[in-house]
Amino acid sequence: MNQTSLDFSKNAARAQADADLQSALAKLQRDTRLARPVITGRLPEFEDLRDRAVAIKDHTLAHLDHYLETFEANVTDAGGHVHWCNDAGDARETILQICNNVNAKTVGKGKSMVSEEIALNDYLIANGLEVVETDLGEYILQLREETPSHVVMPAIHLKKEQIADTFRDHHTTLDPDRPLDAPSDMTEEARTKLREKFLSADVGITGANMLIAETGSIVVVTNEGNGDLTQTLPRVHIVIAAIEKVVPRVDDALSILRILARSATGQEITCYTTVATGPKRPDDLDGPEEFHLILLDNGRTKLLEGEFRDVLRCIRCGACQSACPVYGAVGGHAYGGVYGGPIGAVLTPALDGIDKAWPLPEASSFCGNCEAVCPMRIPLPGLMRRWRDIAHTQKLNKTGARRGLALWAWAAQHPALYRFGARISLRLLRTVGRRRGYLRRLPLAGGWTAARDLPTPEGGTFIDRWQKEMPGKTGS
Amino acid sequence: MTARPQVGLFATCLVDLYRPSVGFAAASLLEKAGCDVAVPTAQVCCGQPAYNAGDRKSAAAIARQTISLFEEFDYVVAPSGSCAGMLRHHYPDLLADDADFATRASAVADRTWELVSFLTDIRGWSGIDASWPKGVTYHDACSGLRELGIKVQPRQLLEKVAGLELRELDAPDVCCGFGGTFCVKYPEVSEAMVDDKIDDIVATGAATVLSGDLGCLMNIAGRLSRRGEAVEARHIAEILAGTATGPAIGGADDGQG
Amino acid sequence: MTARDDILGRIRTAINRPAGAAPPSAPAYANQPLIPDRAQGTPAELTKRFIAMAIEAEISIERVSDVGDVAGSIAGWLNAEGLPGRAVISPDPAMDAYGWDTAPALEIRRGATRGEDLVSVTPTIAGIAETGSIMVTAGPGTPYTLNFLPETHIAIVHADRIVGGYEDAWARVRPNGETGASLPRTVTMITGPSRSSDIERTVTIGVHGPKRLHIVLVGATGDEVDGQET
Repeated sequence: MNQTSLDFSKNAARAQADADLQSALAKLQRDTRLARPVITGRLPEFEDLRDRAVAIKDHTLAHLDHYLETFEANVTDAGGHVHWCNDAGDARETILQICNNVNAKTVGKGKSMVSEEIALNDYLIANGLEVVETDLGEYILQLREETPSHVVMPAIHLKKEQIADTFRDHHTTLDPDRPLDAPSDMTEEARTKLREKFLSADVGITGANMLIAETGSIVVVTNEGNGDLTQTLPRVHIVIAAIEKVVPRVDDALSILRILARSATGQEITCYTTVATGPKRPDDLDGPEEFHLILLDNGRTKLLEGEFRDVLRCIRCGACQSACPVYGAVGGHAYGGVYGGPIGAVLTPALDGIDKAWPLPEASSFCGNCEAVCPMRIPLPGLMRRWRDIAHTQKLNKTGARRGLALWAWAAQHPALYRFGARISLRLLRTVGRRRGYLRRLPLAGGWTAARDLPTPEGGTFIDRWQKEMPGKTGS
Repeated sequence: MTARPQVGLFATCLVDLYRPSVGFAAASLLEKAGCDVAVPTAQVCCGQPAYNAGDRKSAAAIARQTISLFEEFDYVVAPSGSCAGMLRHHYPDLLADDADFATRASAVADRTWELVSFLTDIRGWSGIDASWPKGVTYHDACSGLRELGIKVQPRQLLEKVAGLELRELDAPDVCCGFGGTFCVKYPEVSEAMVDDKIDDIVATGAATVLSGDLGCLMNIAGRLSRRGEAVEARHIAEILAGTATGPAIGGADDGQG
Repeated sequence: MTARDDILGRIRTAINRPAGAAPPSAPAYANQPLIPDRAQGTPAELTKRFIAMAIEAEISIERVSDVGDVAGSIAGWLNAEGLPGRAVISPDPAMDAYGWDTAPALEIRRGATRGEDLVSVTPTIAGIAETGSIMVTAGPGTPYTLNFLPETHIAIVHADRIVGGYEDAWARVRPNGETGASLPRTVTMITGPSRSSDIERTVTIGVHGPKRLHIVLVGATGDEVDGQET
């Protein structure tokens, strides 16, 4: 994809001017806000389960080598193959090789964010394969040559009329008189079209929501059932998963499942939750003949070693996106990377480099709602602040605001001078603004006064007035 | 008898510069709640602008300054959840590697409170003697809500204000778009957020919007003014202390005589 | 150096664990199951909850008192829904008990499917009260495709096989459990028909998988029969 995180402001302005996008985002935010107390209220153990999930992931990450080796051994025992891949290039080549080994022509794909990270589809298509996304939202995006704008609701930015047009453009055999007014009409059309693809695909590629070390299994959750069809109908099933997806035991996976769907879509559980282990067995009537697992690093080990380790707890539920007011104002594409919203503001600098993404961690009011809803209690604002520290140290954000802040910080460390400056500034502001109560424009404060008036100060500083009115009550 | 606790009032830079009356209201409430209040005059700011801009060095210097000024008191109280949260949660993080200040930071953090929650949760006080016979609505400022768990406390006290009718926002806990320097770095995004907040405020029909943080209030008041809305914005301390006699935030002087 | 060595090496450096370090001892939480209250109760309570949760998940349910009545119930339900009286059923011997010969209107075939069948009938490992889910597995007698390709999936759940939570259902499929020496190739918890909200967050049913999920609930739990209405 075209990485445009440095253009966040420009991207955001475009998104804000898009009325359709704005109404979709407003609905998402509202639905999410209203649903959350209902969902969590129905499961009194929800907060305890969050703590449990954090403990599971922290324990796993602290012994990640052990659990990955255990996982690998159990996959192999079950007749599967594990391929370790350092980076995106490694993973793409490995997957292509597997496809070529079985003379694959067509690939059916389940929704996978990590495959977006490594731009898998473009690579396979460039190498002569037909690749079809099978998740309804991802399929629509593939036809439109767009990327997902939300981790679990990839096409949240589109109106149904746009989707209907897309179907009419691409499904050339579609009867022009057939109505596509309702989402159900389009769903039916996609079902027919994709059913052919499922049945003809040589290889199915899915992600995994979790990997279970004790059994060598993968966990795939979907509502559509496309993950199951993708992994069962083709001759070969390739799973692509990053190394942080592993959990030690089945019971751990079950605990995390109890918070995953609730956080992602507000459901008690998704319609299909499948734990799959290895390829088809000798007496089975269906299932893939080969089972391959791509175990991908792609920057994870770097996160593991430093102060960003907590972000590896992420289970890609998208709760932070749905709950973030900045995401709600600009949508996922404005972030210009694979992941939008708070998780993108933390992950994109890690994946693409802080020099390519420093505006993202700054695009937060630190309201803390992301951390409040994150089922894995990832301290997202704190991690964004760490990126700001790094960007500051590297002097990436060379803006007027930076110089202003430096001046302010210097003054703040010299209280007497600060107070002197404050008195002068206040007198000025009072003179200009007291009649109206507000200032409409103020030099050097364009960011503020573009949309807001600046309230005129009451007059005098509190400290000066206190000293005058309450002499002696100023501490030792 | 129990000695009156000595409270160091951390006024916050915005109250110091923009709205001294909130500082006096806070002091008055603390006195009524049985505390002796002192205001160290060398106080400046909690350091959040630097801290949130990634300038940890400046933030740490300001934190050390604040700690030195306030560690003599039994409690440090601020009329802001954001600044109190900075002292309470972020100073210890900021100074964790500072041999001299790490323990001092934790000691001050443990004794630092946001004004309203200090009155209710620490002082167990609810002796409000104030009246405000209007409809008001209340915005839960983010840091107070999510860093300090302030939600019921302001409502408990507002209930005791004679004549006051609280009309809840549809989304009281959604950010107003202030976010410190966020609102000047991303003014358009911030504008969209504060517009949502203002739509919500106006829909309640309340005459006054209250909150516990002056940053949010200046953002909301500034946008209310720009949009020409009649709602006025005030800090909750002014109402609770019964000192809300002057102009509202950004209210004109001459209109009041 | 292989990528495997690279990655494990970087991990060990990052978490400060030398190669060959002893496996971690079980973390404290591992011995303290955290099972939601709603996954606990008497058999009758769990059955009631299972039914309520399944209906909430847009699963239809019909109860029959005897195994021999299952086929008749299915034939009647298909007819009432205007669906064809033809079904592919799992070739599992356990399916023999359901009285197929008593429902001549129902034409059945045993085997897997490639999508040509409109209706499937499968057994289940368990009904799970916690969320109204059913658990199904893949195996020689239970082809996986039957759960996904037909437009209508009919699942047979025995009341005395209803469990409280996910863990209780999993106990049956673990290696050397009811399903054999090893974990079945797939274990799926299904909670309602296939659905999507990808277009304007409007829920639509039957995207790729079944448009209808129907449960025939067989028999009653002991305490239901004794004390309560069924």
